[in-house]
Amino acid sequence: MNTKHLMTAAVSALIAGGAATSAAAEDLTLCWAAWDPANALVELSKDFEAQSGHNMSFEFVPWPNFADRMLNELNSGGKLCDLMIGDSQWIGAGAENGHYVKLNDFFDANGIDMADFIPATVTGYSEWPKNTPNYWALPAFGDVVGWTYRKDWFERPEIAAEFKDKYGRDLGVPTTLEELKDIAQFFQGRDIDGTTVYGAAIYTERGSEGITMGVTNALYNYGFLYENPEKPYDLEGFVNSAGAVAGLEFYKELYDTATPPGSSNWYMGENIDAYRSGQVALQMNFAFIWPGVEADPNVGGGKSGYFPNPTGPAGQFAQLGGQGISVVAYSDKQDAALEYIQWFAQPEIQARWWELGGYSALRAVVEDPGFASSQPYAQTFLDSMAIVKDFWAEPAYADLLLPMQERIHNYVIAGEGTAQDALDGLVRDWIEVFEDEGKL
Amino acid sequence: MTDTPIHKVAQATPESMARRIRGLSDRTIAWIFVAPTIFLLLAVNIFPLIWTIRLSFTDYRVNRPNREVEWVGLQNYERILSDPDIWATMQATAHFLIWTIVLQVLIGFALAFLINKKFRGNDLWTTIIVFPMMLSPAVVGNFWTFLYQPQIGLFNYVVAFVTGADPASFSMIGDVHLAPWAIIIADTWMWTPFVMLICLAGLRSIPDSIYEAAECDRASKWRQFWTITVPMVLPFLMLAVLFRGIENFKMFDLVVQLTGGGPGNTTTLTSIDLKREAFEKWRTGYSSAYAVILFVTVFGLASIYVKALNKVKER
Repeated sequence: MNTKHLMTAAVSALIAGGAATSAAAEDLTLCWAAWDPANALVELSKDFEAQSGHNMSFEFVPWPNFADRMLNELNSGGKLCDLMIGDSQWIGAGAENGHYVKLNDFFDANGIDMADFIPATVTGYSEWPKNTPNYWALPAFGDVVGWTYRKDWFERPEIAAEFKDKYGRDLGVPTTLEELKDIAQFFQGRDIDGTTVYGAAIYTERGSEGITMGVTNALYNYGFLYENPEKPYDLEGFVNSAGAVAGLEFYKELYDTATPPGSSNWYMGENIDAYRSGQVALQMNFAFIWPGVEADPNVGGGKSGYFPNPTGPAGQFAQLGGQGISVVAYSDKQDAALEYIQWFAQPEIQARWWELGGYSALRAVVEDPGFASSQPYAQTFLDSMAIVKDFWAEPAYADLLLPMQERIHNYVIAGEGTAQDALDGLVRDWIEVFEDEGKL
Repeated sequence: MTDTPIHKVAQATPESMARRIRGLSDRTIAWIFVAPTIFLLLAVNIFPLIWTIRLSFTDYRVNRPNREVEWVGLQNYERILSDPDIWATMQATAHFLIWTIVLQVLIGFALAFLINKKFRGNDLWTTIIVFPMMLSPAVVGNFWTFLYQPQIGLFNYVVAFVTGADPASFSMIGDVHLAPWAIIIADTWMWTPFVMLICLAGLRSIPDSIYEAAECDRASKWRQFWTITVPMVLPFLMLAVLFRGIENFKMFDLVVQLTGGGPGNTTTLTSIDLKREAFEKWRTGYSSAYAVILFVTVFGLASIYVKALNKVKER
């Protein structure tokens, strides 16, 4: 073949290649919440764009409106999102209402094995029905409620001595919820460096899911169960058990005696602000905030410590957060969206995801010998992920969440009725929902 | 007569079109002009209303597109009207409505009365007073959450300065007794200027000659106020009450931003509750019935009120 022919062949190949690329290149839109990990994902996705030729756009909605906005989008069959990193509790509705594409065949064809991911995240983010091998999402972001505390305050000799005098034990990471309450009450209204500080920032938000994501960390550990383990949807005596009532009373006492004034409608953002500005000694929050805490000049760099939700009389559990990534069934670009998931599932991408501040759920990443010491909060993340429990992920998730928000908020924040009244009312509300759903 | 405007328009009309129009009656031409508006009204207002009424008799849920829709008759209406939580919401709305209107009318009228006097800087003060109503309710809601913040909020510091209490000892939006007042104060701050402007229009419409005649009759200022100013401004005041009443009955954004309906349900107004039923619980049939009840309530009250307003105007 002479040079002329070679040149012609090369140019033809280039044109053909270019044409093929432009024919396959898609503009994909990924929908998620507007928060720090989303920014990390934008950075990470540049690699996908370079590799695939697809363009990535992002639709990030602030947390308080995230569920409203995205569930509206899915319910209306909207084509805005090709990929959805939806909350774990949406998986039932996503599967049963046909919003998400089932991924089993795709996983099989591409060698993606769910056994490679942290089991709790597979159950929580991917499976519907739960504990069956029906996958509607790839675990994308592992998250769990844990605690952050002001290590520098705990280590001050005068504070530590005063605490020991009062409680007869050292001031340190609490092992039980009762100890946590003591510590929070100890710091409540305390003067530190001329500023009045308070005990703990906890979730109290009413409008979306805040107080539910907070109170469950007390309820689970005092004996609350969503249903009879032997008989699905049997709620009486499990949701409103004596232990559950004690757990709810604990949360109210914590709110009444150890939280900053005016914290009656706080969720992730408000808790972060209160902690970073030095208002509180402890904060309850999802693990996603920990990289930001470490990087913060006021509270990072060794000034903060992290611990999993402490144990209660009925055991040690923590509220699962986090999300899986799904392909939206209404998307016209499902093939490209699946390509994204295939790319995202790769171990090296998952490792990079962790480096950028995303909590990978891939076991190869979190079980790496260097993982636990890679960040000050890495071990706490692992410990917390081992004790997770999640809220209902039924298709009627929103119907179940709203009465819980209302009942719990009305009791804990507004002081209406008793804990028993609140949980009895919740049982009635949930029974009504399940009856409407034809499950009772 | 050939240079009249009508004749000019007639001459400018192309012959082919003129021939077509010549065959149409005035009534038909009028309908042609009005039809687009009527079509829009039907499409945007009437059809959704009829559709909502229809849905209110069903158990339809928009998030369950595959579920069979059942006709439930008046069941949704019965459930709503016998639900104590809905009545609590109505009560919260009535409390908000009555107090905002009372405060806004009193302060708005007082401000209008003062601004109506001629003094230096009158225009500047008018602009400053009117400023809050130019803001977005969402911005005002956000802004007041900071003002009410117990640790750093200006409102708490002002109250503390006046009363000597600790600013962090009370939380306007976190306390069940204070939160209903917190939303009333914010709404009054924002919308009193609107009432003031309407009152000002009323005050400026009163001819000076009436006051001059009253002066000749040696009527005192107090007497002039009650027998001239108040009766002549009353239709304007009633109009302001109507506007604020309708607006505040459907108040949503400011309160959601400020309290989110809490603590508990103390500031959950009907519009917030309706939104939760329709777009969070997705009980479309139920929320349609709720919307119909609210519509009938507002429409009924507004109609009665407008009749009263007309009677006042006729006096």
